[in-house]
Amino acid sequence: MYVAVKGGEAAIDAAHQLLAEARRGDPGVPELSCAQIDQQLALAVDRVMAEGALYDRGLAALAIKQARGDLIEAIFLLRAYRTTLPRLAVSEPVDTAAMTIERRISATFKDLPGGQVLGPTFDYTHRLLDMGLADDAPRGEAAARRPSRASEADAGSMPRVTDILSDEALLETERDPGGPISDLTRDPPSYPAPRDARLQALARGDEGFLLALGYATQRGYGWTHPFAAEIRMGWAAVEIVPEELGFGVEIGDIQLTECQMVNQFKGGDGKPPQFTRGYGLTFGHGERKAMSMALVDRALRAHELGETTDAPTRDQEFVLSHCDNVEASGFTQHLKLPHYVDFQAELNLIRTLRADFDRNAAPPDAAEAPAEPETAA
Amino acid sequence: MTVTPPSETLAGYSFAYLDEQTKRMIRRALLKAVAIPGYQVPFASREMPLPYGWGTGGIQVTAAVIGRDDVLKVIDQGSDDTTNAVSIRKFFARTAGVRTTDRTTEATVIQTRHRVPETKLQAGQIMVYQVPIPEPLRWLEARETETRKMHALADYGGMYVKLYEDIAHAGRITTAYDYPVMVNHRYLMRPSPIPRFDNPKLDRSPALQLFGAGREKRIYALPPYTPVKSLDFADHPFSIERWDERCAICGAGDSFLDEIVTDDRGGRRFVCSDTDYCSGRVAAGHRA
Repeated sequence: MYVAVKGGEAAIDAAHQLLAEARRGDPGVPELSCAQIDQQLALAVDRVMAEGALYDRGLAALAIKQARGDLIEAIFLLRAYRTTLPRLAVSEPVDTAAMTIERRISATFKDLPGGQVLGPTFDYTHRLLDMGLADDAPRGEAAARRPSRASEADAGSMPRVTDILSDEALLETERDPGGPISDLTRDPPSYPAPRDARLQALARGDEGFLLALGYATQRGYGWTHPFAAEIRMGWAAVEIVPEELGFGVEIGDIQLTECQMVNQFKGGDGKPPQFTRGYGLTFGHGERKAMSMALVDRALRAHELGETTDAPTRDQEFVLSHCDNVEASGFTQHLKLPHYVDFQAELNLIRTLRADFDRNAAPPDAAEAPAEPETAA
Repeated sequence: MTVTPPSETLAGYSFAYLDEQTKRMIRRALLKAVAIPGYQVPFASREMPLPYGWGTGGIQVTAAVIGRDDVLKVIDQGSDDTTNAVSIRKFFARTAGVRTTDRTTEATVIQTRHRVPETKLQAGQIMVYQVPIPEPLRWLEARETETRKMHALADYGGMYVKLYEDIAHAGRITTAYDYPVMVNHRYLMRPSPIPRFDNPKLDRSPALQLFGAGREKRIYALPPYTPVKSLDFADHPFSIERWDERCAICGAGDSFLDEIVTDDRGGRRFVCSDTDYCSGRVAAGHRA
């Protein structure tokens, strides 16, 4: 045949075979188990669950394994699976104030009810490669501990910092506007998007993208005067109210990271001077994402708070249309698909334009050439 | 290949992958799109097991309209054998078990990326176009809130100014593909990135033409026999590209030609982009 446009089917099958081999790597190295990924690459699992928008550690671990550790690919796998699932129930709002805390810090109060709880954090580690981990030898095993709700301190003793501020009316009060909650997986986006739709999009949004945007707000592109009032990570109960029962039933605990940024606000539009807030929430332990989300959430409230909307971080359409990495990755990589026809059409056009250009730029006759400027005598 | 027999469908999934509620939602959007030719109807596009930008809009439309008796043809760049066309055809063979074909005349549903078949479409056929960016005004105005207003007011002056500026700067309109069209004298529409060469085929086509943009969550349509006019000016009428060459395989002088590089010394051959059209001509005895 004249060109490799035939045989696509065989080529695809062969590519899949190579992919399977590449995924496995050297067969002399033991196969990685999903349980190992779940336990030892737990933060990767957390990210895939958060941006894949499905709380299932086992499936997220499987997706990471199948995707060879490419987390965006794993997120895509989980999303494509998620969209086929039936919706059995809608949960009640999760009460993060009643969370079983593993970590809770505030950057605004030195001490506060419940105290500061560092928990498992990289924050104060010195980033020195631990050569001791390299030999894969078993460590002196620290007893595995995952706090169960019952074993921890009484949740009521750890109020949210934002609730403490609210008592003084220095923090804006947020009310549930009522009405049905947006569902960005069931309704096409429309702008301006209400905050619930925005928060949904940000919760699924790409960590890297939100990190960069959040960082940009700190450097002046939509400055929001933020303070990390509180970051808490722990386990919260999920409750549903089955119609036939009429009362709430706990169906399990999920691990969450919540970040509440408070932001100075001088007042305006009839609103008193107070602190406003930006909110971030992720599945699992995802502080970088939760903080970025909170910064961007606050930036996107610019319009509502009468601030200028000139920075891209404050532009709903810019942020929400581009924060989803499954969409972004697909469309960026679609450039790999054949574009022979469009390219041919452009080739024809450029050749025509070039012919026009060359005709117009043809060197004039010597007779018409401008005289050399006379040199000074 | 002519028509392949139907096959078993994928266990555990609905016919043509999408659940029935989702198909109903898409069909409602399609009905609205057919009722308002060229108008972009927002729809709750689903995540598909294929990447966004690779035909998820077209796939959802096809899944919503295809039935067990349909015969499906999938082309990309005019060819049934390009990798993405193979992949999408396989997807429907697996999930819907429908018969597939590479013959334009045998197909009842044709999903396409970047081309309209050279063979004239017939009444009863459905064309499904994969659309990357549905909004014709997008390069003039990035905001959806603004472009929706512009459509509502039929405020298309900006597009004419853009085309005029092309002519003023370059002597001709510099859009080679995805060339904007006016549908039924009312809505400005992107025909998807088909070459300008294919635009006239959209006009008053006897086939139902459906356009799906998955990532952008929009569906639009051209019901059969809808007038579709490529934008132009009285003194700069719309024209399609022409080649000095003919197809090196079938000798066709009326089809869109792909340029094949044959060596590193400027050697070129030109062949039909529509492989079914080309092989049909060869079978009928035509030669270069």
